[in-house]
Amino acid sequence: MHLDPEFLSRLQFAWVVGWHILLPAFTVGLASFIAFLEGVYALTRRDVFLHLSQFWLRIFAVSFGMGVVTGIVMPFQFGTNWSRLSDAAGNVISPLLAYEGLTAFFLEATFLGVLLFGRKLVPPAMHFVAAVLVAAGTLSSSFWIIATNSWMQTPVGYAIVDGLFYPKDWSAILFSPSLPYRLAHTVSAFYVTTAFVVLGVGAYTVRRGQSPAEGRMMLRLSLWFLAIFVPVQIVLGDLQGLNTLEYQPAKLAAIEGLWDGGRGVPASIIGWPDQEQERNLAEIAVPRLGSLYLTHAWNGEVKGLKDFPPDQRAPVAIVYFTFRIMVGIGLLMLATVLAGFYLLWRGRLDDTPWYLKLCQVTVCLGFIAVLAGWTTTEVGRQPWTIYGLMRTADSVSPSLTGADVLLSFVLYVIVYLVIFPVGISVMLRFVWRGPAASEEAEPIESGHPKSPIEALSPTIAGRAS
Amino acid sequence: MMQALDLVPIWTAILAVGVFLYVALDGFDLGVGMLYNFAPDRQARGLVMNSIAPIWDGNETWLILGGVGLLAAFPVAFAIIIPAVYFPILLMLLALIFRGVAFEFRYRDAERHTFWDRGFAAGSALAAFAQGIVLGAFIQGFHVEGRHFVGSSFDCFTPFSIFTGIALMFGYGLLGAGWLIIKTDGALQDWARRLGLYCLVGTAIAIAVVSIWTPLADAHIAARWFSFPHVVWLAPVPLITAALVLYAWHALRTASEYGPFAAGLGLFVMSYLGIAISLWPMIVPRHFTLHQAAASPSTQAFLLVGTLILLPIVLLYTGWSYWVFRGKVRGDIGYH
Repeated sequence: MHLDPEFLSRLQFAWVVGWHILLPAFTVGLASFIAFLEGVYALTRRDVFLHLSQFWLRIFAVSFGMGVVTGIVMPFQFGTNWSRLSDAAGNVISPLLAYEGLTAFFLEATFLGVLLFGRKLVPPAMHFVAAVLVAAGTLSSSFWIIATNSWMQTPVGYAIVDGLFYPKDWSAILFSPSLPYRLAHTVSAFYVTTAFVVLGVGAYTVRRGQSPAEGRMMLRLSLWFLAIFVPVQIVLGDLQGLNTLEYQPAKLAAIEGLWDGGRGVPASIIGWPDQEQERNLAEIAVPRLGSLYLTHAWNGEVKGLKDFPPDQRAPVAIVYFTFRIMVGIGLLMLATVLAGFYLLWRGRLDDTPWYLKLCQVTVCLGFIAVLAGWTTTEVGRQPWTIYGLMRTADSVSPSLTGADVLLSFVLYVIVYLVIFPVGISVMLRFVWRGPAASEEAEPIESGHPKSPIEALSPTIAGRAS
Repeated sequence: MMQALDLVPIWTAILAVGVFLYVALDGFDLGVGMLYNFAPDRQARGLVMNSIAPIWDGNETWLILGGVGLLAAFPVAFAIIIPAVYFPILLMLLALIFRGVAFEFRYRDAERHTFWDRGFAAGSALAAFAQGIVLGAFIQGFHVEGRHFVGSSFDCFTPFSIFTGIALMFGYGLLGAGWLIIKTDGALQDWARRLGLYCLVGTAIAIAVVSIWTPLADAHIAARWFSFPHVVWLAPVPLITAALVLYAWHALRTASEYGPFAAGLGLFVMSYLGIAISLWPMIVPRHFTLHQAAASPSTQAFLLVGTLILLPIVLLYTGWSYWVFRGKVRGDIGYH
């Protein structure tokens, strides 16, 4: 069997980034949520907010630690497997990645240490500032990494000399045409993902009845938040679609499963895109609807896949289905929020078991939607790494053999399959123990006090403080 | 205006400092991770781990900055060196993953804590070893055509690079012992001093062997060090190194709390300097000088503006967090 280093490198990248993106999808929102809780606690001094902050901080520590170590893998992928991309585009994309490190990673790492371990060592106001700075770090990180990705999707502000990209206009590079939509849609997706986790955990806590105040608070906070952000997210998604139509028409045609372009094109609801036959099998489509929602006009013109040579088309079926999964989940989310608000209005939110159980299931919705949306935009960019300019096939490191990459891929698979299940089970254990667990005895501690190392001699503890 | 200025020396200095900070900071906490394996009991292990709990991921962040900084300042060097050390980088990353999650999992996943204890120690050791291989392979140089590495992914595993891998484990162990001497007291500190002595012996032998091995293997490096008048100007490097070894030995065997760590750092500075003198002015040995590999002037200028503002801020608040967590490690602050 022939092992293709390019294909295996793509699989490996998909594997490491796919797992990694689940963590920022959760921690970006959670960091902001914790900063919010700390802030409200500072203002109101109500215990429920302190308990919630401590509870989510424990979960944040685990997910953030996993995010850091799986994140370190990412920049090195550019070198190990995509060295020709690094050589060709390093002049343009590397400062963006470096700014991510400078503005975000140090901020997060340093102040997370203070947030987790410093409650006794710094004044309360500083502790709140630490929470805000960690949240600011996660948002800054999102900006720079999405700026990098957006430039690769919609490159502008460069010149190509001897096959190498040179920067010409930094503000154009930073704020490339797809950046505003991609950034808003991604960060909003992360917030929604976190809010559904909080909703599900709140529902579980209410059902268990051990920390009713905390559980009810989580349900209400997340429902109100989602009532705003789920509709916003749907609008942002539509805007990003319009941006894709303008700047990446071949990707959009793959998303739509649209082979024949023209005026008044149909909307494909569901079917099986067949790349060989250049048509959709068993398709259900609505005439003219495609033009309407893509161009907001009955007779709007849209390019089809056949307008592009076959070697410039993405794998249509993957993009077509992941997009539909994402949109389907968006509608499910909207239904969940509407049902929740109906129950809240009728005063039955906390004692409707079927709804609370449903909320527990919706914990995974955001993560699936993020993965599906990311797959849509990344696979939809194929066959390019830098859209329209540099092919994925020309980006891979020339020295790698298929066997090299297969070996590294297998090792990444093994390690991730060990750490992710353990990490998830560790976080679930916090949820099972509940928000108020073990905090009463020592409310300023961020962990439970029955540690194996608590029995220290008082002289040591005394001298340090 | 900025374009007319040659920024390559500035970027060389920034990158050199960044990589050194990574080696010094993650060096001591990887060293602590290796020594963890030999800690006498469970309580001692808890203290050893908590001595680095609040700072390890900040330390590891310098690795990202080192890697991305190399890409930003010298993109073609990044594009040649990183694929050439494909497997050591892979091992390092996987080891760092294991080690990083072990901080949390060790307490939370109690029924498997022995597994995570071992994972923490073994991950630290493997990461140090892999970084040492990267260093050895870098000194030996790579098979380059044009702008690409064209050798095999296994070229980097040579007797020399395996040796530098082991050498770096001892060096990091010495830094880790120095850190633990600062952060602990009593029996645990005595234990750290004892391990520090073993690591010092290993480090001193390693520095001596590499200092003899490299000029023997590479005529350019031999000429750099031993031709007149270089031999006069450069004589202080080995002399200061030898003095530092003696001082470290003395500090480990007396009551000095900061001496061992300072001496360990000093040995790293001297070794680092020694390698820089041997390879100067190449960033990809024998193929690309710093200037030839430099990013476009616009790239350097764009990143420099922010770096000059942000890096001092980063250093300030990193320093502040070390200040917050100063003093002997306490049982009530850290992972629980």
